[in-house]
Amino acid sequence: MRNLWLFISKYNAFFLLIIFFTISLVMMVNNNSYQRASVWNSSNHIIGSTYERVNQFSSYLVLGKTNDSLAAENARLRNLLKSSLYSDSIDRVTVNDTNLNQQYTYTIARVINNSLHQQNNYITINRGKRHGIEKGMGVTSASGIVGIVLNVSENFSTIRSLLHTETKISASVDGNIGSLVWGEGVYDARFAILKDIQGHLIIKKGSRVVTSEFSLFPTGTNIGVVSKSAVKGGSSSLDIEVKLDTDFSALQYVYVINNLLSTEQLSLEALNKTE
Amino acid sequence: MGSALITNTIRFILLIATQVFLLKNTGYYNLSIPYLYILFILLLPFGIPNGLLFFLAFITGLTVDVFYDTLGLHALACSILAFVRILFIRLTVQRDGFDNEPEPRLGIMGFRWFLFYTIILAFSHHLMLFTFETFRFSEIGYTLIRVVLSCLFSTVLILITEFVFYRKKLR
Repeated sequence: MRNLWLFISKYNAFFLLIIFFTISLVMMVNNNSYQRASVWNSSNHIIGSTYERVNQFSSYLVLGKTNDSLAAENARLRNLLKSSLYSDSIDRVTVNDTNLNQQYTYTIARVINNSLHQQNNYITINRGKRHGIEKGMGVTSASGIVGIVLNVSENFSTIRSLLHTETKISASVDGNIGSLVWGEGVYDARFAILKDIQGHLIIKKGSRVVTSEFSLFPTGTNIGVVSKSAVKGGSSSLDIEVKLDTDFSALQYVYVINNLLSTEQLSLEALNKTE
Repeated sequence: MGSALITNTIRFILLIATQVFLLKNTGYYNLSIPYLYILFILLLPFGIPNGLLFFLAFITGLTVDVFYDTLGLHALACSILAFVRILFIRLTVQRDGFDNEPEPRLGIMGFRWFLFYTIILAFSHHLMLFTFETFRFSEIGYTLIRVVLSCLFSTVLILITEFVFYRKKLR
C-alpha cells in the first residue's frame, strides 16, 4: 500500500493528467453535440462500411433471382403497354368510347441454347406448351425482334432465329414496307437485309426499321437502323442493310408474344382458301 | 507569495479577455488561429505543485470553453499542456537552482530556452485542441497544417507579448 502510494505520488503528474483528461473528455462528449454525434458516427461508419462490403458479395449470390424478378417485371409492364393493346373503338361520331382490349400478351422466357455462326440458327427457350407457347408466335428481346417460334414441346420451344435464311419478316422503313431477310451473301449476326423497297426511294442512313402491320409482331416493334442503302445491279428494288437492335450474342431473356386475335384472323383467312 | 497571486490573477483576466474578445475574431482563413491565453499557464511559477498547476490549467481551459461554446475542448488541451510543461521543466531546469521562486520568463530564462519552451508547449496544446475539435482521423493532413500554422502564430504572439514586458522587468 505504501509502495503504491509512493508510486502514485512519484508519477503524480501522469495520474493528474489522466484525471483531468478524462473529466474534459466526458464533458466534451456529453455537452457538445458535434463530438457526441461523431462518437456514434465514427462507429457507425465502420459498421456501415462492413455491411456494405458484405452486401456487395452476397448480392452476387442472388443475382440470378434478381434478374428473374426484373425480367418478370418487364413482361408485366409490357403487357400494360399501349402498343400491346388492341383498339376496339370503331370510328363513330356519336359515341366517343375509346375502349382498349388486350391484343398481345408477353411471356418471359430464358434462352438456354443459342447459335450465331451457322447459316440457319435456332434458339431454344425454357418455355413450352405448358406455358401457353404455340407455333408461329413472335419472339422479341428487350431491344428488338428475335425470331418466330418453330417447334413446341411440353417445357421447351425452339425458335427460328432472325438469323435464318428462311426467316422473312414484314418490316417498314419510313412507311415503306419491305421484307427483312438474313444471310444473303453475308452471315453477320449484326446485320440483316431489307428487300423489296422501291428503287427510286431515298432511304437515309440511320432511319429506323420497325415491324409493319402485316407481321405477327405488334406494329412498330424495333428491328434496327439502316446502315447502308444501295440499288443492287440490275434490280429495281433497294437492298438495304439493317443494323439489328437485338444483340444476338448476348441474348439471355426473350419475350414470346401471344397475339390473342390471331386465331380469329387465321380462321377468317382460312375461309378464303376453302372457297 | 501574495504579489504572485495578484500578478497571476491580473494576468489571467487580461489574457482571457484578450483571447475571447479580440483574438477569437482573428485568424487566417481558419488555418492559423492564435491562442495567446496559454501564456498564463506558461508563466505560472516553477515551484507550483502539480495538482494546483493541473487545476489552474483546467480552470483556464474551461473559462475559454465557456466563451467559445466548446465545453471541455480547451480544458482537455490545457490538461495536456500542463503535463507537457511538467515534463519539459523537469528535463531542462534544475530544481532549487533559483531564489524567490522565479517564473519561467523570457528575461530570466533567456531567449533560446523560452523559444523552445513556447514552441513545444504551444504545439502540444494546439495538436490536442485541433485533433479533438475535428474529432476524426480522415482529415489528419488538414488538421496538422492548422496545428503547425496556428502554433507559429501563437508563438509569435507570445514572444511579442513577452518582449513588451521584458523591458519593464529589467527596470
